[in-house]
Amino acid sequence: MSLDAKIPEGPIDKKWINHKNNIKLVNPANKRSIDVIVVGTGLAGGSAAASLAEMGYNVKAFCFQDSPRRAHSIAAQGGINAAKNYQNDGDSTYRLFYDTVKGGDYRSREANVYRLAEVSANIIDQCVAQGVPFAREYGGMLDNRSFGGVQVSRTFYAKGQTGQQLLLGAYSAMSRQIGKGKIKMYNRHEMLDLVMVGGKARGIIARNLETGEIERHSAHAVVIASGGYGNVFFLSTNAMGSNVTASWKIHKKGAYFANPCYTQIHPTCIPVSGDHQSKLTLMSESLRNDGRIWVPKKKEDAEAIKAGKLKPTQLAEEDRDYYLERRYPAFGNLVPRDVASRAAKERCDAGFGVNATGEAVYLDFASAIQRYGKEAALVHGHDANDKALVTKLGKEAIKAKYGNLFQMYEKIVAQNPYETPMMIYPAVHYTMGGVWVDYNLMTTIPGCYAAGEANFSDHGANRLGASALMQGLADGYFVLPYTIGDYLADDIRTGEISTDLPEFVQAEKEVKDRLDFFINNKGTHSVDHFHKRLGKVMWDKVGMARNAEGLKEAIAEIRQIRDEFWKDVRVPGDLNEFNQELEKAGRVADFLELAELFAKDALQREESCGGHFREESQTEEGEAKRNDEDFTYVAAWEFTGDPGESKLHKEELKYENIELKQRSYK
Amino acid sequence: MNLTLKIWRQKNAKTKGAIETYPVKDISEDMSFLEMLDVLNEQLINDGKEPVAFDHDCREGICGMCSLYINGQAHGPDREITTCQLHMRSFKDGDTIFIEPWRAGAFPVVKDLVTDRSSFDRIMNAGGFVSVNTSGNTIDANAIPVPKVDADKAFDAATCIGCGACVASCKNASAMLFTSAKVSQLALLPQGKVEAHERVMNMVSQMDEEGFGNCTNTGACEVECPKGISLENIARMNREYLSASVGSE
Ligand SMILES: Cc1cc2nc3c(=O)[nH]c(=O)nc-3n(C[C@H](O)[C@H](O)[C@H](O)COP(=O)(O)OP(=O)(O)OC[C@H]3O[C@@H](n4cnc5c(N)ncnc54)[C@H](O)[C@@H]3O)c2cc1C
Ligand code: SF4
Ligand code: FES
Repeated sequence: MSLDAKIPEGPIDKKWINHKNNIKLVNPANKRSIDVIVVGTGLAGGSAAASLAEMGYNVKAFCFQDSPRRAHSIAAQGGINAAKNYQNDGDSTYRLFYDTVKGGDYRSREANVYRLAEVSANIIDQCVAQGVPFAREYGGMLDNRSFGGVQVSRTFYAKGQTGQQLLLGAYSAMSRQIGKGKIKMYNRHEMLDLVMVGGKARGIIARNLETGEIERHSAHAVVIASGGYGNVFFLSTNAMGSNVTASWKIHKKGAYFANPCYTQIHPTCIPVSGDHQSKLTLMSESLRNDGRIWVPKKKEDAEAIKAGKLKPTQLAEEDRDYYLERRYPAFGNLVPRDVASRAAKERCDAGFGVNATGEAVYLDFASAIQRYGKEAALVHGHDANDKALVTKLGKEAIKAKYGNLFQMYEKIVAQNPYETPMMIYPAVHYTMGGVWVDYNLMTTIPGCYAAGEANFSDHGANRLGASALMQGLADGYFVLPYTIGDYLADDIRTGEISTDLPEFVQAEKEVKDRLDFFINNKGTHSVDHFHKRLGKVMWDKVGMARNAEGLKEAIAEIRQIRDEFWKDVRVPGDLNEFNQELEKAGRVADFLELAELFAKDALQREESCGGHFREESQTEEGEAKRNDEDFTYVAAWEFTGDPGESKLHKEELKYENIELKQRSYK
Repeated sequence: MNLTLKIWRQKNAKTKGAIETYPVKDISEDMSFLEMLDVLNEQLINDGKEPVAFDHDCREGICGMCSLYINGQAHGPDREITTCQLHMRSFKDGDTIFIEPWRAGAFPVVKDLVTDRSSFDRIMNAGGFVSVNTSGNTIDANAIPVPKVDADKAFDAATCIGCGACVASCKNASAMLFTSAKVSQLALLPQGKVEAHERVMNMVSQMDEEGFGNCTNTGACEVECPKGISLENIARMNREYLSASVGSE
């Protein structure tokens, strides 16, 4: 099958509007006889479910948590981008489009990104109308902050809890439709397979996690909005339950999986503290607006700090290496995430790390505290030379901006970041790769759509901060509700899909057999045992820096762990009850397959781009080197029975509005 | 450190539960409380026993999924944090720790430490929203200025994570703090004012229908709330409710 991205004709700024005007519509009476399944209630799924229900479709929404409000989107901290130009600093749709394409290292689809920038402003209007309490200035207008990789302030935020507030907005829109009976909500339900009838997506098999019952659900279209797969690394900033299962199941049924190796390693996370570690905690990128990143200039100082003989606050200014400011004077601490992460790894690998493991750098607020303190003193007519007062006012200002993050840090590390610099290190955070979709967000399976982090569409090889929330809501509020109509218009006479069809019976049987297998296997090791081993291979060999030899080893090791998992996994408890180990087993089984494809994808991409760094492809200064001649394509993989044998399809990327350039933040 | 855990075990909603005792060894003070339970569960699985079921997801204090009653306190001994943010440095070697699920008629136990909090969702479905369509045909966001004081207060109320600690720590199992947080947030904003009366009536009536108790102003909820949701919200909701009741006559 050849890949058709279905990009509309015409100039870039007219494509979406023309497409919307020409798309087929379903009239309200007919919508009432059409069912849509939405898997996931994060920003993407929640907004899609609410919008589709409001338009008149019958929506069935699924999430594995006990309430739609708990989807992982809730944890997003820093903010959401929109080209509102409220700060009058030269922002525009074009500039957001340009920044996103450049930030993604020229590996995203122009038309999709332009549409995203185009609808971004409307997202803010929508959210404010719903009662989302964004941060405001004293005049009552919305406030903005700036984020990495850009030179304008276009990020809207609600303290360090932007994701929470946006998700609760989408959840309230869903609640309204649930109350009206237009959305039937299935909490604590996990989709375990896609059901296809006549080559189209027609339903899912789900397990009721509370009772263990296996259920069949039918619909005329299925939307997958199940989030990202960063937990393939075991340790990541994702929630414990985040997984690839829904995406992987549709992949195995025919949906191509795009750019699986594009992973974002976030530069500012709390470092690992020991073997017991179950997840990593992000410290929002917004902190880089005010925090300065450094390590000691001299190795002996780093050693002394590691040994606990020297405190960071005792180190003189000239003995500190603000390496981002040194290497990238134009962007300084606000370089994109991939660049900042690699720079931290470089310093730590060279022996300048500042905690016991040697894997940490400082994020320091001392100068920001002074700066804000002086400003506040002047504004209120106090003495700006009164050091104690300035420090006090400065700390208050920092608290107002980042209070919850500082509290979170202190709880975990037991150090006070107002007094001593934070310690941070990169961690797996986001997956740009995902299910391949066309311009309409339809996968290669007719009637099966993917939205939010689950799809691959907008961020290329690296996502800019505050753009995932934007994309999730753009997909769910503004894109999918329109594009899905084009497909469903042909289904108005289909009538309800029966769940007694042999396809449902067969899919249900396969799901049951697999679950039975886990319960009856009675091996010797827990699911986590295998997940941790997989995570270590991924981090060591498929992590921040990759090379051909390491990737080949990783593939062999992943296969080995997968074989052992199937032979030796132990899942206690029963099928027909609440069983968290059984849930995990299914998810890890899918991670073990995805991991191989992930490494295979990294191996074929013999260039460095965005979050994907191939050691063989770097400049003399150690900067990433892209190869546009050979790799300006989306790698879309077709499942053929074994992840190692997946077939590569290339969607060539054409740049008609932006000139391809090597990224430079110097 | 070495600890003795006394944990509520209950197979499902229909069976009776009981406290069981488990020793755990070599717990590091840098572990989070839930990581300590991970250690216990790994041990139980290796011994061929059933691990303890407990709810959790984000493990950073924001999703509202975790929910343990630890030594008689919702979310454990520390203030303004959730169970997943609690670290073992708050305990000492040799301690005995009691771990139980939320107790409230409107939160039935699903298994062990896991409860069913869907009653909260139903309160939200009854009115926890602004009736605006998501079509995108809304006015420019800055066309509705909101005074910073109101916006900040609305934000504070909106940070409720729906964990249910307020209910669990209230002797009447009242859901007033939870419900009032949403009522307050929307009543404070111009966007939400229009249907404020209808909202408060509907949400309160759903709250009663779910079997949550009455509020007798003991204030235990505010003390145990991990997000510091203030009792002022309850007062504001009472005012809203009163004016709505008067208005509807
Ligand atoms: C700590 C953190 C901070 C972040 N901060 C920011 C930020 O400041 N700005 C920004 O733009 N982005 C941020 N991001 C990224 C952003 O939050 C996510 O990319 C985005 O929220 C994903 O939304 P989603 O709707 O695609 O998926 P999610 O919110 O992950 O939702 C997935 C949904 O799918 C459901 N689900 C999954 N599998 C199944 C299944 N098999 N069956 C049934 N249901 C299933 C889940 O229950 C859930 O409801 C952050 C991410 C993290 C980890
Ligand atoms: S009010 Fe506080 S305790 Fe109650 S649900 Fe909300 S966050 Fe939890
Ligand atoms: S696990 Fe999310 S709040 Fe505790």
